[in-house]
Amino acid sequence: MIDIICNFWNDLMSNEIWFYLITTLAKLVLMFAVILAFVVLSVWIERRVAGWIQDRPGPNRAGIPLFLLQRFGSKEKQPLKNVLHFFGIPETSWIAKLCTWLRLDREIPTFGLMQPCLDGGKLFLKQELTPSYVRRAYFIAAPMLVLGPPLVSAAVIPFASGVDTIYGHISMCVANIGIGPLWIFAISGLSVYGLTLAGWSSNSKYPFLGGLRATAQLISYEVAMGLSVIPLLMMFGTLNMQNIVQFQADNGWTLLPFWGEGLTLERWILLVPMLISFIVFVTCVFAEANRTPFDMAECETDLVGGYHTEYSSMKFASFFMGEYAAMVIGSALVVTLFLGGWSIGFGADAWLASVSDWLAVLCQFIVFLIKLVAFIFFFVWVRWTLPRFRWDQVMRLGWLVFFEITVANIFLTAAIMYFTK
Amino acid sequence: MSYIPIKRPKFTLLDKIYVVELVKGLWITLKHLALSVAGKSRNKKAFNGKGVGVCMPFPEQRWDAHLPEYYRGAPTLVRGEDGRERCVSCQLCEFICPARAIRITPGAVAADASCQKQEKAPAEFEIDMLRCIYCGMCQEVCPEQAIFLSKEYLITLTDRKDAIRNKETLYRLGGTRKGLVNKWNQYK
Repeated sequence: MIDIICNFWNDLMSNEIWFYLITTLAKLVLMFAVILAFVVLSVWIERRVAGWIQDRPGPNRAGIPLFLLQRFGSKEKQPLKNVLHFFGIPETSWIAKLCTWLRLDREIPTFGLMQPCLDGGKLFLKQELTPSYVRRAYFIAAPMLVLGPPLVSAAVIPFASGVDTIYGHISMCVANIGIGPLWIFAISGLSVYGLTLAGWSSNSKYPFLGGLRATAQLISYEVAMGLSVIPLLMMFGTLNMQNIVQFQADNGWTLLPFWGEGLTLERWILLVPMLISFIVFVTCVFAEANRTPFDMAECETDLVGGYHTEYSSMKFASFFMGEYAAMVIGSALVVTLFLGGWSIGFGADAWLASVSDWLAVLCQFIVFLIKLVAFIFFFVWVRWTLPRFRWDQVMRLGWLVFFEITVANIFLTAAIMYFTK
Repeated sequence: MSYIPIKRPKFTLLDKIYVVELVKGLWITLKHLALSVAGKSRNKKAFNGKGVGVCMPFPEQRWDAHLPEYYRGAPTLVRGEDGRERCVSCQLCEFICPARAIRITPGAVAADASCQKQEKAPAEFEIDMLRCIYCGMCQEVCPEQAIFLSKEYLITLTDRKDAIRNKETLYRLGGTRKGLVNKWNQYK
């Protein structure tokens, strides 16, 4: 029986199309799970970090209460006491005190990690309220259009290098295509249709203004964002995301060229335009993801709730998740382009790959996630530091500052590359 | 001049570039974050908080000792020093109550009451705690100084019926008060 299954598996994987389908599907599921998990995690990071920055704890209570045990038929009223008794620890010892401090006598602590899940559950169960005056078809389509694009654009982001199996090479990237950044810009640009449609179809003035602002902001920042990547692409010489990260693994990260070819004079002079690119690009990612200080579309002081004023229940949750998914993808993009993506650095990638392909992939995946979390923290950190800009300041920054800077930056990079080679 | 023109600050080029100011701001928030996590936030002692940041984790640690004298909690009825019901059922509090939380059923003075001078006494006195807005107007309007706002703030109910407090409960919560009203003293 096992032989038959093994043979079937062999035959299946030897077929090129099936091999491609199965591996892609597996990577797809992994990527999807990672992004959704990170959406939840980034909500938690947002609320905890916000709390700490404002000298308060943030959500820390949503644990799993132990009285549920009684509900399920356990007769023990205080499980902690029994556990301590079982190990022979006196109730006055510091271990018991620590356990009490961690509230182990009342609940299984999750440090508030359950909070986003519970909030999601609450939104799922809430009443769905669609006003009678909306354009129903567009009103329903808008949340999907916001949530969809970030998930689709994640396809080109590499989360580890590749492995060579006996059936063929697996590149740890859902779609290893030669138009990486362009794909992301194109798809994430679509998400503004969701905001605009939501604003317009709500048939109410504040959402409408929010939708208009989102459109105008996206157009102005998309230009600077696209132009700010060009110096990088000139250096990398490729648009394939997997190759971009491989280049950084071999020759030093864009912003930290400490090994390989990164130690040449050219790369160190190139750091100047790269730094300018980085600042402009990160700012544009903030604007793209509609995060403070650029969340003009849902600016609650001017616009009540912005484009999602009329939404409730799961439709609102979709907007919420879409916003955080955009933030996760934005962070992943910045990490991939500027901070070395999955590469561990200092030649550790090549060494690990020489030991074992799978070990290298695992370590790189973990490193990628760590970098992602770090950048999401940066997103949150900036949000709770900066106040929101005024609308005209945002537009002026986009068109009169960033556009010119990025164009000048391209020529600067070209000049450096021409004269140092 | 009837108005004061606000002087706008002159920004230097460094301010206008914004990056330095941004880093300064990030440093401030990072300091707050680190101190919160380490449990050493500024003003923590003044606020007497034991949790992360300056907060008191509520059910474990309470603010009760810091409640000011003028704190407005749940309204209660009080008895005088001699154990007499101060309320004479004039119904002023019932009429003044903006939330219409109070309902009084006037009745005769009990035969064994220590003071027989007053005309009425409440047969029933009900306050609906779901309606009460803790404004304190009942206390202000009461000519007999019979109703006072207590410092009770934790009013948690599982049933609407439990929200209505009757005369017995209100007197139990209110207790006795000394002094103030001397209208019914024998010297008057």
